[in-house]
Amino acid sequence: MKLTPVLSANWDQKDLFTIDGYRRNGGYSAMKKALAMEPAAIISLIKESGLRGRGGAGFPTGLKWSFIPQGDGKPHYLVVNADESEPGTCKDMPLLLANPHVLIEGVIIASYAINSNQAFIYVRGEVVHVVRRLQQAVADAYAAGLLGKNIDGKGYDLDLVIHAGAGAYICGEETALLDSLEGFRGQPRLRPPFPAIAGLYACPTVINNVESIASVPAIINGGVAWFASMGTEKSKGFTLYSLSGHVKQPGQYEAPLGITLRELLELSGGVREGHTLKFWTPGGSSTPLFTAEHLDVPLDYEGVASAGSMLGTKALQIFDETTCIVRAVLRWSEFYQHESCGKCTPCREGTYWLVQILKDLEAGKGTEEDLDKLLDLCDNILGRAFCALGDGATSPITSSIKYFRSEYIAHLTAGQCPFDPVASTLFAGVNA
Amino acid sequence: MTITNNTENVVAQAEMVTATIDGFEVSVPKGTLIIRAAETIGIQIPRFCDHPLLAPVGACRQCLVDVEVNGRAFPKPQASCTMPIEPGMVVKTQLSSPVAEKAQRGVMEFLLINHPLDCPVCDKGGECPLQNQAMSTGQGQTRFEGTKRTFPKPINISSQVLLDRERCILCARCTRFSEQIAGDPFISMSERGALQQVAIYEKDPFESYFSGNTIQICPVGALTGASYRFRARPFDLVSTATACEHCAAGCSMRTDVRRSKVLRRLAGDDPAVNEEWNCDKGRWAFTYATAPDRLTTPLIRNEMSGELVPASWPEAIAVAAAGLSKSRAAVLPGGRLTLEEVYTYQKFARVVLGTNDIDFRARPFSAEESAFLASHVVGSTISNADIDSADSVLLISFEAEEESPIIFLRIRKQVMKRALKVGTVAPFLTPGASKLNAMLYHSITEIESFFTNKSLILVGERAAQTPGLLSKVIEIANSSGAKIAWIPRRAGERGAIEAGAIGNLLPLGRPVSNATARVDIAAAWGIASLPSGPGLDTLEILKSAATGQIGALLIGGLDPFDLAEPAIALAALDSAFVVSLELRESEVTKRANVVFPVASVTEKSGTFLNWEGRERGFEQVLKDTTRVSDLRVLTMLAEALAAPLNLRDSVSAKAEFDSLGEWDGERTPAPSEPIVAAPTPSAGEAVLITWRMLLDLGSMQDGEANLAGTARKANVKLAAETASEIGVRDGDLVRVSTEAGSIALPLEITEMPVRVVWLPENSFGSQIRRSLRVTSGALVRIGSEA
Ligand SMILES: Cc1cc2nc3c(=O)[nH]c(=O)nc-3n(C[C@H](O)[C@H](O)[C@H](O)COP(=O)(O)O)c2cc1C
Ligand code: SF4
Ligand code: SF4
Ligand code: SF4
Ligand code: FES
Repeated sequence: MKLTPVLSANWDQKDLFTIDGYRRNGGYSAMKKALAMEPAAIISLIKESGLRGRGGAGFPTGLKWSFIPQGDGKPHYLVVNADESEPGTCKDMPLLLANPHVLIEGVIIASYAINSNQAFIYVRGEVVHVVRRLQQAVADAYAAGLLGKNIDGKGYDLDLVIHAGAGAYICGEETALLDSLEGFRGQPRLRPPFPAIAGLYACPTVINNVESIASVPAIINGGVAWFASMGTEKSKGFTLYSLSGHVKQPGQYEAPLGITLRELLELSGGVREGHTLKFWTPGGSSTPLFTAEHLDVPLDYEGVASAGSMLGTKALQIFDETTCIVRAVLRWSEFYQHESCGKCTPCREGTYWLVQILKDLEAGKGTEEDLDKLLDLCDNILGRAFCALGDGATSPITSSIKYFRSEYIAHLTAGQCPFDPVASTLFAGVNA
Repeated sequence: MTITNNTENVVAQAEMVTATIDGFEVSVPKGTLIIRAAETIGIQIPRFCDHPLLAPVGACRQCLVDVEVNGRAFPKPQASCTMPIEPGMVVKTQLSSPVAEKAQRGVMEFLLINHPLDCPVCDKGGECPLQNQAMSTGQGQTRFEGTKRTFPKPINISSQVLLDRERCILCARCTRFSEQIAGDPFISMSERGALQQVAIYEKDPFESYFSGNTIQICPVGALTGASYRFRARPFDLVSTATACEHCAAGCSMRTDVRRSKVLRRLAGDDPAVNEEWNCDKGRWAFTYATAPDRLTTPLIRNEMSGELVPASWPEAIAVAAAGLSKSRAAVLPGGRLTLEEVYTYQKFARVVLGTNDIDFRARPFSAEESAFLASHVVGSTISNADIDSADSVLLISFEAEEESPIIFLRIRKQVMKRALKVGTVAPFLTPGASKLNAMLYHSITEIESFFTNKSLILVGERAAQTPGLLSKVIEIANSSGAKIAWIPRRAGERGAIEAGAIGNLLPLGRPVSNATARVDIAAAWGIASLPSGPGLDTLEILKSAATGQIGALLIGGLDPFDLAEPAIALAALDSAFVVSLELRESEVTKRANVVFPVASVTEKSGTFLNWEGRERGFEQVLKDTTRVSDLRVLTMLAEALAAPLNLRDSVSAKAEFDSLGEWDGERTPAPSEPIVAAPTPSAGEAVLITWRMLLDLGSMQDGEANLAGTARKANVKLAAETASEIGVRDGDLVRVSTEAGSIALPLEITEMPVRVVWLPENSFGSQIRRSLRVTSGALVRIGSEA
């Protein structure tokens, strides 16, 4: 399979991020087309295209838009989720840095389709440079008459607000994001009511990932057949895979859904020189780990699921044989403990406990029974927590014990970690 | 705990849905949550964050059950406290689903890993939902070998509430109560993960009038009350169902006693009145009854020394009886008695003293009010349910949160639930009124368009201080079809009206002026006739006593400084022969000839009638007391005066009252007084408006410093224009004065009419009647203190 650069097509043009750069490459032509269509027709088009949400769950985007009640007399909102905090995920930020206008164009089309006059982009607070770039792009779009009143002379009004979060993984969860956007602490809300009925300020709201919305202009221009010519039967189109870790050329690889890691590794130069693949995440740390035996699993929603994991955010973190599995899992678990919002018992207390056990295991303390305890605790968290953060926290643990139980035990028999931590670093051997 | 969503008024017959729980069929009204449906068939699903009066959150995850709808099982267990029953649903709780059982055990284990082993020293131990459910749903042994999260403990979140963050299980009941019910979001969650904690905003302590409820609904010992902390173990306490004696809301309560000492009071569960809440005054103000100045023996005044000296009961009874029989006597029972006692007082006046000179009103009042009480209040059946169904509520001379806090909560519930429209006639929008989203009107004449025939007017006792106001209210109600309810502050006033402890009324609304009514009552009492002339009111009685036309006064709970004209009261007390029935030393006992110590609410049983006229019966809490109730003192006096009352105790008094039956004869006509224009102040003057704050210097709050710590600080309120007129700025000291005296307090600039000044009526630094000797509506001088 080949790369299919669409979103990333012109990232090599230095001024792509400017409105002129974007327009030179055909930017805002999809918007013109869309504003001439009936909103409902746009929703059907996106439905037919088979575009699925790129934020992790893969929910059909057109279907989500169609849930917004029309003619209800209430304001509607579009909220773009640019919180990108899932470990390993690095696609939305580079996209926004390289081409913020493609998102703005997508926002205009999506807002028009769902009858919204107010949209928000909720950006992870730490990425100040991205926030600045977005703000400039929005200002330029206003100046060019692409936002604000009577857009492009078509009688459609839209305001777009860039909101910087304060840096919390949970604020990427869509209902916590809404609370945060409303000025409260970000904690997930009880569903129902679903955001499509009572979301932001209790009004119908669509929340989509950056990549989902940024894919819309290309679909409007390219058409359903073109989009469906890429990808697999149920997972259509192109998408950004983020490769990181022990790989020769880490970065964003835009390819049709269904590509395999083997193919992506070929495109990215393979695992770091002289080393072999040990384990990897297909969709960020919240998705169960894969190993070398999964190199040929098609990386689409169905393929990954049938192999026992999830496509998630398509964040492929690659680890070679120098990496201690226990150490890696402990680091991830510390992340979940730190990011647990505290609302529900299993995640709040569970992550606190898991970290303590893993710390002991990494130090070679404990017994094999602790592994069963870990699995049992994960069983008591998975599907018992309030939101998917708690579920995600169990993925690295259960999958690592499944594939690497013996390595855990090796720690216990050695009474310490049998790995040299430096060996797994990028600077290993550099100045030794 | 309340089982169904109790006060939701079931309009039509609710649609029922049928489902199966653990193999048993249940039919419940549509919308019923699984956890509550299970309760109806005796299946208890463990829970922490769930509370029937709070919106579901699903946070603790303790209540997980397996659910199947339309033959499709949910892939994971569901929170039964957030999911309503659907037709044909199949629910499997811990009793029939091993998955649910394990999920619940897992959650319980998680809850306990960071929970301290405080049970042996924790207030909640013995009545703790965590302890109890750890027994049913926990494992005997812990698998946690790590380090527990610790916090410095405990921290004060107000002078009366302490927080132990280690014990907190983060169910958010307290924060949700404060936000959803009280509207005082002074506490909220902060931080994340295992460090999440209940927190206050440092500059704004947890000064809610309802804070005690958070302690009561906390499912662990994380929130404790400063006054009760470490005083008792729940299993040492003896509990009695009681009613609150503080205000006319009439909360149902539970009083807990250990070894003849009241240690705490809790809100009782009464959906029709207080749901499961009460206010902090009702919860914590009970130490007045054990104050050091509590009277213990009868006292009589020594003729030679002029001192009060202890006396035996027979001696005191004899002296009092002689004094009362020597000249014309009148009765001032006060507004805080039980129905049974106040009934006995009025019977004493009419049967023993042969007079209608009795008035329960120990506060500012008017003749217009007397007529209003007789025409519109006695026998009224307007109730809390009318608040629940009204389409608008108008508050007149009534600050609900300060003067009847549970009515405030009741109104607020409707405001939150269905945006009930609320209006308030007041000089400014108080914090309480703004929590009701109330529209502010400065005058009754502005609001006539507010009404429909589904409006409810709640008029407070302060209306009597504005001549013509009550007549105007009646006029508006008559033309719009709105209902009127009158809300006194004191717990005994409605009972006193029904009992006829006022010059123009016999028991149960019978007009004194009506011959049939008098015959009715005389027959019931087995006497030839009743006095027929209308009785004097409180002020007339005191004036007559001051001038010697009345020679003797029989007085219950009365403070001269609660009256509109304290000077007249003091003169009357000085010149008349005074028999005082009191709990503690007072301005009256200091001047009395005979003093009888009487029982407090915990030492007697009886019934209050709340503002609705609803009976709030209570049992005697301290069973082994030797204290004597007002009722017993009166019967002893009556016997000494050879005119027996035939009322042995509160039970027989209540039985006699109940046997009298409703009055279906004609009622006293409504008053029709003109509105009197308020005085026009010139520069440097203002019209005074004042009312009592919930927590103030009221003597029934004595001895409870922790409670007093959350009283609002007194200040003077003026409009910006008025302030600049007298050259003061926000925060400056302003002196408010009359001929009698003055008060100086810091200024809070407030949006209100010009040349109007507001002060609290009886707060620290602002005792209007003692210092200024005026009531609302008076003209006072205002000036800069600098
Ligand atoms: C803990 C957690 C973090 C999440 N973080 C993000 C995020 O950073 N960005 C994102 O787009 N979606 C994130 N999601 C998923 C969102 O809840 C939501 O499904 C998504 O934004 C929907 O957009 P889509 O339909 O376009 O994928 C997160 C979910 C969870 C449970
Ligand atoms: S699983 Fe629970 S504690 Fe964890 S982030 Fe979600 S709601 Fe918060
Ligand atoms: S203090 Fe009590 S009520 Fe409040 S969150 Fe903690 S456990 Fe719940
Ligand atoms: S609202 Fe009134 S009756 Fe209820 S507890 Fe408070 S003072 Fe007592
Ligand atoms: S009681 Fe149901 S989640 Fe807490």
